[in-house]
Amino acid sequence: MPDSVPERPNDTATELRWPAEGLSRIPDWVYTSEEIYRREIERIFHGRTWNFVALEAELPEPGSFKRSFVGPTPVVVTRDREGAIHVFENRCAHRGAELCRAHVGKATELVCPYHQWTYDLAGNLAAVPFRRGIQNKGGMPKNFRLEEHGLRKLKVTTRRGVVFASFDPDMESLESYLGPEILRDFDATFDGRKLKLLGYYRNTVPANWKMYHENLKDPYHATLLHAFLVTFGLLVAGNKSAMVVDASGRHGTMASARPPEGPKVDSASRKEMRAFSDTLRLNDPRFLDYVREFDSPWSVTMQTIWPNFVVQRELNTLGVRQIVPRGPNEFLMIWTMFGYEGDSEEMTRHRLRQGNLMGPSGFLGIEDNEAMRFVQQGMQRSSSEESVVALGGSEEGTTEHIITEAAIRSLYRHYRDVMGL
Amino acid sequence: MGEGVGPAPNLRELRLEIEEFNSEYAAVLDAGQVEEWPRFFTEDAIYRITGRENADAGLPVGLVHCEGIAMLRDRALAIAKTTMFAPRYLLHQVSNVRVLGLSATGEIAATANYTLFETLVDEKTTLQQVGRYHDRFARREGGLRLKERICVYDSLMIDTALVFPV
Repeated sequence: MPDSVPERPNDTATELRWPAEGLSRIPDWVYTSEEIYRREIERIFHGRTWNFVALEAELPEPGSFKRSFVGPTPVVVTRDREGAIHVFENRCAHRGAELCRAHVGKATELVCPYHQWTYDLAGNLAAVPFRRGIQNKGGMPKNFRLEEHGLRKLKVTTRRGVVFASFDPDMESLESYLGPEILRDFDATFDGRKLKLLGYYRNTVPANWKMYHENLKDPYHATLLHAFLVTFGLLVAGNKSAMVVDASGRHGTMASARPPEGPKVDSASRKEMRAFSDTLRLNDPRFLDYVREFDSPWSVTMQTIWPNFVVQRELNTLGVRQIVPRGPNEFLMIWTMFGYEGDSEEMTRHRLRQGNLMGPSGFLGIEDNEAMRFVQQGMQRSSSEESVVALGGSEEGTTEHIITEAAIRSLYRHYRDVMGL
Repeated sequence: MGEGVGPAPNLRELRLEIEEFNSEYAAVLDAGQVEEWPRFFTEDAIYRITGRENADAGLPVGLVHCEGIAMLRDRALAIAKTTMFAPRYLLHQVSNVRVLGLSATGEIAATANYTLFETLVDEKTTLQQVGRYHDRFARREGGLRLKERICVYDSLMIDTALVFPV
């Protein structure tokens, strides 16, 4: 679809100057410039970050593999015979073919289909056909060493069944990368119970990948865009809520607690929320049930873990989302929905029913994707140059009210520092 | 199935009846009358949309997951009354109906292929999805109703959002 939308010619280095107002403005070129996109891959996705690549539940046994991504870069995640997890680039060391083509599978080795160069489950080159040629003619040079031609390996770490990878071999620990505020809610979702896969959604969004983070650092939109939440009392202005930001500014947790007695909306808020209705009622209210199962004061936490990961705990529907950028104007979302081993059949069905909220056909998911598409089109097609991020004045960091864009400003303070902007 | 090519005559009549059903079903959705959509289902109907990768792996998640006609009505209500999305035309083509069997209780198992085109304002028409209906029909007063429709799509990478039921 974006092929019909010519990019505005704002792509030269001299024009990449942040607006004088500072963090209360975001210039359009951070969302549309090819040069900025290339710098993001180098400094963010291939830089000092931990990137989500898999859940351990997707790699249940030795030989399990999964096709995944770090930023836009295809990688393979494997579990070897000893149970260790490896992540390496999905690019044959010979001619560069993407060698793993299936979403998931099981194998004893990885063989490039083009010339059958063969790698072990750790990404080491194990065999090259006709390495010595035929009858001493041809073949690889005498000094060709298999160990110098393995697949490019990434550093790997796991926590509570979630697998992360980094291109930086000296990457700090995941715990120090996330910080205590983010770890608290991460551990409330990944609470030690073994995860049970429920399945996948995949979709494209014709928008810049950072908008997905911003949308989940923008609690202002939730009570306005998502009429379903408001109409049926899942979230209304006035519910206890917080927008948590880590010390670095890059990660966040959007959290809210639904009052057990249902929504209480005062008349002043009601006037501001066009969507609120006292009269619409669900035919099947089971959909809104909340089974308390987490050690957390929040009934909803949406965590944005920089740069490619979202952890969704919306009542009892759980999922992780991987952001895969495809140029400045499009990204893929890969949703992996899960429950826990030991869930009763009824609990699994409850999670599946509540899953109607999320994903590219979810009552909330549809609206987020549509809104991001509208914003990207606005930026690509219009004549203005920047957007306004001034809710809550100049405050940054964690806030306990929702009419603010503080967390977006915190993200851009970090971003500008890493990107040299 | 009988011997040789083609179904036995009673199955052929059933196939025609299902084709007419699917054409009416598609006409309602293509007209944007989503709140009419639940009437094609029985009270205890199951309706799901899921990717072929999930169906093949036995993973239960659905893009849409409705148990019972009340949940179908809620989805129709939410899409019609609360959900924000860009205006669009949708056009279904349903073909290749196959009657797989007729149970002792009169339930009919059938499949059909579907293609869903989507047209947004100021955009070219796109192919939103191709997939297959896996159906179980029951006979009610006034004709066939869906007791179960599982829509399994091949087009795993969805373009932005699949707003309406398929």
